Order: sequence, then C-alpha cells, then structure tokens
Amino acid sequence: MLGKLSWSAIPFDQPIPMIASGVVALAILAILAWVVVRGHLPYLWREWITSVDHKRIGVMYTLLAMVMLLRGFADAIMMRLQQSLAFQGQGFLPPEHYNQIFSAHGTIMIFFVAMPFMIGLMNFVVPLQLGVRDVAFPTLNSVGFWLTCTGALLVNISLVVGEFARTGWLPYPPLSELAYSPGVGVDYYLWSLEIAGVGTLVAGINLVTTVLKVRTKGMSYLRMPMFCWTTLATNLLIVAAFPILTATLAMLLLDRYLGFHFFTNEAGGNVMMFMNLIWAWGHPEVYILVLPAFGIFSEVISTFSGKPLFGYRSMVAATMAICILSFMVWLHHFFTMGAGADVNAIFGIATMIIAVPTGVKVFNWLFTMYGGKVRFQTPLLWSIGFMVTFIIGGMTGVLMAVPPVAFVLHNSLFLVAHFHNVIIGGVLFGAFAGYTYWFPKAFGFKLHEGLGRAAFWCWLVGFYVAFMPLYVLGLLGMTRRMQHYDVPQWHPWLIVAACGAGLIFCGIMLQIAQLVVSIRQREKLRDETGDPWDGRSLEWATASPPLAFNFAILPDVSGGDAYWALKYRDTEPSKSDEKPDYEAIEIPRNSATGFVCAFFATLMGFALIWHIWWLVAAGAVGAFATFVVFAWRDHVEDIIPADEVARIDLGNQARRRAVLGAGAAAR
Amino acid sequence: MSAVTFTSAQGDAQALRGLDGGGGSGSSRGWGGPAPKRIVTGYGFWIFILSDMIMFAAFFATYAVLLGQTAGGPSGHDLFNLRNVAIETALLLASSFTCGLASIAADVRNKIWFQVAMAVTCALGLGFLAIEGREFADLVARGAGPTRSAFLSAFFTLVGCHGLHVSAGILWLLTMMAQVFAKGFREDIQRRILCFALFWHALDIIWIAVFTVVYLLGSAK
Repeated sequence: MLGKLSWSAIPFDQPIPMIASGVVALAILAILAWVVVRGHLPYLWREWITSVDHKRIGVMYTLLAMVMLLRGFADAIMMRLQQSLAFQGQGFLPPEHYNQIFSAHGTIMIFFVAMPFMIGLMNFVVPLQLGVRDVAFPTLNSVGFWLTCTGALLVNISLVVGEFARTGWLPYPPLSELAYSPGVGVDYYLWSLEIAGVGTLVAGINLVTTVLKVRTKGMSYLRMPMFCWTTLATNLLIVAAFPILTATLAMLLLDRYLGFHFFTNEAGGNVMMFMNLIWAWGHPEVYILVLPAFGIFSEVISTFSGKPLFGYRSMVAATMAICILSFMVWLHHFFTMGAGADVNAIFGIATMIIAVPTGVKVFNWLFTMYGGKVRFQTPLLWSIGFMVTFIIGGMTGVLMAVPPVAFVLHNSLFLVAHFHNVIIGGVLFGAFAGYTYWFPKAFGFKLHEGLGRAAFWCWLVGFYVAFMPLYVLGLLGMTRRMQHYDVPQWHPWLIVAACGAGLIFCGIMLQIAQLVVSIRQREKLRDETGDPWDGRSLEWATASPPLAFNFAILPDVSGGDAYWALKYRDTEPSKSDEKPDYEAIEIPRNSATGFVCAFFATLMGFALIWHIWWLVAAGAVGAFATFVVFAWRDHVEDIIPADEVARIDLGNQARRRAVLGAGAAAR
Repeated sequence: MSAVTFTSAQGDAQALRGLDGGGGSGSSRGWGGPAPKRIVTGYGFWIFILSDMIMFAAFFATYAVLLGQTAGGPSGHDLFNLRNVAIETALLLASSFTCGLASIAADVRNKIWFQVAMAVTCALGLGFLAIEGREFADLVARGAGPTRSAFLSAFFTLVGCHGLHVSAGILWLLTMMAQVFAKGFREDIQRRILCFALFWHALDIIWIAVFTVVYLLGSAK
C-alpha cells in the first residue's frame, strides 16, 4: 500500500534533522495558523496563489529563493562548523549526515536559490522593460513556478521522511547507482530535479517567446535594455541545456528503477558518459545563472552613473558570444578523465576564450561609471563589490583552465573557492543588487538604505574571510567534502573560514532586519513617482507597484533608454495636458491550474520515490484532468473597460505630477 | 497574452514577415508591437519542440556511444526486423498526412472532416504503437530486454521515448477531438490544434531519424 515507506523512514534517533525539521514545521504551522486566523487565506488564494500576473509570479519566485537561501545557508554554516571542529576528531556531524548536508547545500543553492531568484527577477522586470502587459504565456508561467516549488518541497521533505542524496550536488555514478546508494536519497534528488526542471523549461520557453515576440511598438532588438538581452541569452540556454539534464537524470532513473545499464559498471555501461552529459548541461547552467546578473549590473551601473551603458552593442555581442561559447567548454570539468592532451588543450583554450567577452563586459561597466555622476547607493555597492570579486574568481577560473594546473587542483578546495567566488560574487551579489533596485517598483517603497549598506559590507567582508582561506587550503592539498582530517596546517585556515561564514550570517540577519524595518517604515520610504532612482528603462515609466495591466497605453519607443528619452524630451504623458485615447484592456483570468498541477506533481514525485505505484497513477490522472479542466474554461479573460483604465491612469498621473511638482518647487 | 490586444489590425502581416517584424504600416521604427496570439503560441510551441529535439539528441548521442556495448548479447543486426519497421514508418507517415487533413478541416471549420481525419490519425498512431509494443515484447521474451546490455538499454530508451511521445500525442489528439466536439472551433482551440499538429509532425521527423540511425544503420552487419 505504501511501497517502501514506513515509520523507520523518519530519523527519530538523529537529533539534528529532527530538531531542524521540527523548527521548520513549527514555523510553517505558525505562518499557516496566522494566515487562517487573520482571514488572509482567501486573499492569498485569489491574489497570489492563483495569480497569472507576471509581477506576482516574479515576486513569489524571489520569495521562494530567499526562503531556500536560509535553508541552504543553514547547511553551509553546519559544514563550516564541522570542518573547523573535525581536526583529529569527528566534529558534530556523522559522515552519512555530513554527506547529505553538502549534497543538499549545492542542490538547493543552485536549483532553488540562484535559479528562482534570477527567473523571478526576469519574470517581474522583462515585460515591464519591453513595455508590454504580460509574458507570452501567463498561465504556463504559473505552472512553471509551482512546479519549481514542488521540487523545493520534495528536497525539504527528504529532511524528515527518508534521507537526501550523499553523492554531492551532481550524482556521479557509479556511486549514485542502486548498488552503492540503495536508499531513497538519490531518488529524492532525481525526482525533485526532474519536476523542477520541467518548471524551468516552461519558464525558459515563456521568456524566450516574450522577448522575441511580445515587445511594445518600436522596441526593436537594439533598443532593448541590456537586461532583456541577457534574459534572452539565458533562456535560450535554458531551452537548449535543460533537456539534456532531463534526459541524463532520466537515464540514471532507468538504471536505478528498472535495471538499465547506462552508467553501471556492468553490461557495457559507461560512467564517463554521465560526466559528459551532465556537464553538457552543467556548464551552460553556470551562464544561465550569471548572465541575468550581468544584465542587472548593466542596468544598475548605468542608472546610478546617470549615463547610458557604455558600448551597448559590444555588450550585446559579448552576451551572445558567451551564450554560444558556453556550450563549447564542458570538458574542462573533468580534465583528469583522460581524454588526452589534445582534447584537453582545445577545451582549455576554449575556456580561456570565454574570458574575453567577459572582460569586454567588465571594461564596459567601468567606462560607464567613468565620467558619470555616480551615486553610491546599495545596488551600486553590490555592483562594485561584484566587479572586484568576480574578477578574482574569473582569474582563478582561467588559471584552472590550464589542464596541468587542473590536474593539481582538481577536486580540491581551490576549486570550491573558485566557484563560490564567481557564484556568490557574481550571481548572488547580482540577485541582491536587483532585489534592492526593483523592490520599490514591486512594492511602492524603497528598502532601508543604512541596513542595506551594513548587510552589503558584512557579506563582502564575510565572503573574503570565508573563501580566501579555501584557496590556500586547496594549494595545501585539502580535497573537498572532507568530514574530518588530521593535517594540523589546515586547521587554522578552516577556523578563519568558519568566522567568515559567521560574518555572512550577520549579513543575512541584517537583510532580514532590513526587510522588516522597511515594511514597518514603509510610509517614510514610500515612492510616489514610480521612478525612485532616476531610471532609464520603461519599468520606471509606470506606477509603483505597477497596475495589473502594467501600462494603460503601451508606450511607443523611438530609441534606446526609452524612459530617459520620454522623461527629458518632455513628452511623458503626465506632463502633457492632452487626454490620451484609452482602450479597454483584456487581462487573463486567474487560474488554479499551476497550483493544482503542482499538487499532483508533488504526490507523483513522492509516490515515485517511495514506490507507491497507485498514487503515481492517481497523480498522473489528476495532473491531466487539471489541464483538461483548464482547457474547458469558457471565460478566459477579464475586460477592464476603457473609462476604468482612464480613471486609474489619470489618478496615477495626477499623484505623480503632484510629487514631481513639489520636488521641483523645493529645488 | 493580454498584451496582444494592441494593434491587432497590423499585427498579422508584420509578424509573418519574421523576426524583425518588418517596417510596419509605413512606420520606420522597426517593430510594430506585440505579435498576435496565434503567432505567439505557435512560436512558443516551436521553441518547445526544439527543446524536445535536444532531449532526443541526448538519447541519440547516448545510443551512438553505447552501440557497440552489447556485453556479449545480441546486436541490432541480430534483432531488428526491417519489415515491421517499414510498416511502422508507413503508418506514421500516413498519420502525418491525415493530421494535415485535420488541420485543413479545422481551418475551414468543417467539424465532420476534422473528426474523421483525427480519428484516422488516431487509428494509425495506435497501429504504430501496437507494432512497436509487439516488437518490444518480443525482444524481452527472447532475453533481449533493456537490462541485457547497455546497447539494449539505449535502444529501448530512445525508441521507447519516441513511443511515449506518440502515446502522449494520442491522449492529446483525443482531448482535441472531444474539445472540438463540445466547444467547436473557438480561437484558443484552433491554436491548440495548431500546436498539436506541430507536435505530431515533429514526431515524424524524429521517427525518420530513429528509422535511419537505429534501424537502417543498426541492421547493417
């Protein structure tokens, strides 16, 4: 009836997961109780859970990422503590638990923090920047988001019911094969990523179509803001790379569930094929994460320097070059595999070539700041912190692109330091810059500046204190993923690294404080203009938070930096007295399809992990039925009549004019 | 989707001109605004099909790598029956033709011909699946199932993945028949018919590759 599932799946004898999951369960229950008691449930259901508005979905993606960041960071701090304590001892984490923690840390940080953070920002911003009312497929957007949630949920269920993979964030066979990982850990990993991967693919298709087909009048390709370009590149990579991940994980699943021989040691299976396939996805994945961050920095640096982006066209070319080159370097992840000197040399050189377009970008950002009126506010601080940190990370990357060096540093903490250097310094700093930059657009008030700066400095210093020692440790010969060690020279560096993790913890606490304080002081931090940073692109042309339909009248674009042109050529509608010609607007109706579908996907995933076959069938039927019900709807759109649009828009403009007028008078 | 309410009058002609949208209604500004829904939906579905083909490419590559890994077991030459495969191919290609007829019937909003063409497509697809199922069952019965060797794992996965797609396509086909029966040729249903047709023809393209790479090359000595 319940397959492999029994009470023994719950680790009652292990205090750490039990306490951790107990706390999480209590927190979830408390939040649910608060929501129900205060009567927020209907509101949440109507306005958020069933919403197909790209802005709401973007906010929910970002929220998911931030919550999962806490989970992933809890894992990180446990690892740093363990390694600082486990000198000639066992530390506080037994090996089988430590192995699950580093696997969960990597999986969560990549798939459920970095990815949703970036997809959330793209979802929220891109239609606004393109001057349109929604993404190409609003309901599919909701499905994609909720399937990502299913993946995240399954990973977290593994904390309480069963176990997580002990194989590292990429389940290399033969360790991940049934013979060596007989438990459900790898199955949790595989099914959660298969389901979340479908969600990501859906998001990718949606955003590619949006950028290519749904842009406002006059928004030709070379007038798009840089973030739209990097969104296009990123989502092309998602569409091209994620199917490989799906196929690869499916093959591992077939090996584990049905006794196939793709990656086994027996019957002709080929373990090294897994490395090739997984990195054919995995290396583009690196750029899927960092390209949107490059876009965010481009927007932030140009806005806070009061200048158009330097070398816009070269930036576009560099972005698309990275998009293509990212598929040509995967082998550098396993130079030691033995592909031979020639193959290694080719991939080593290809890897170094990627540094060229990246270097073009860095110089463009620097020249954008040069001669500008630079305002050092939090988003720009993250951007400058990024440039310095990312260059160091990029240089160590180029260093390891040299195959002989890779042979020495392979699998060492040097590598761990390198990819944290680019992922934290590049992706996460970018996410935080974007979060601070677009927060007032999403909610109508700014985040507290002082706490934001404090959080930035804690993160920046904490990052260097935590990860520079890892470079040293790598050169001292320490391999990654060690549960304990006996080398006295390593110990002090690991204590320093743990202190760095402590500083990052302070940074995260300050970010939470920043959010709480900003919400409490929202009246003081309110922005009525919709354009708090003197922005350049179209998202700042509409109210904050934007209306459900984004723009009452779709803007007509005649050049790059479209909003800047509108603002300073005095053609902004709010400044003219002529009443525009409003038309009725259709907006897609909310739909529970995404949520219900993800509910069935969760059941299916859980049932597949535990071999509860009847529940698998029930879940599949339920998911199909959900889509049929959706397809049978007769009433798919709501219409907002023209005078209602006019009323809302004229009201917004009057408010805005009042604020701008008061500002002008004060000057 | 709401965005496409904008300038629907000029959208169609421009979007058909391809990526750049042409110079739109005497405007020299390059892009005439969001494309109409039919274009957006079809375009998005094309992107999905491309991603699906990449998934198949991964399975094809795997098959190519594992082709010789028979672990002392049978190879393609020992197993494949080209007569069956020829019948499968004929059925699938014929189903593509009838699927095309269904699209034409949908374009002229002829319900009866639409249902007839879809029903024939469905029957041809089921015939294909039946032969494939029999082939698989036969191989397993002869001790040449997917667990026998890496080569057979790759074979069953690649061909089976195509078969799963056809099965999903038939489920979709039946849903579309029911929908047209219940709701008629509504605009959104027309768009779904367009996507279904793209999907069905794409499966044909993939089958051509399977037919060539797996069966024709595989049955050579």
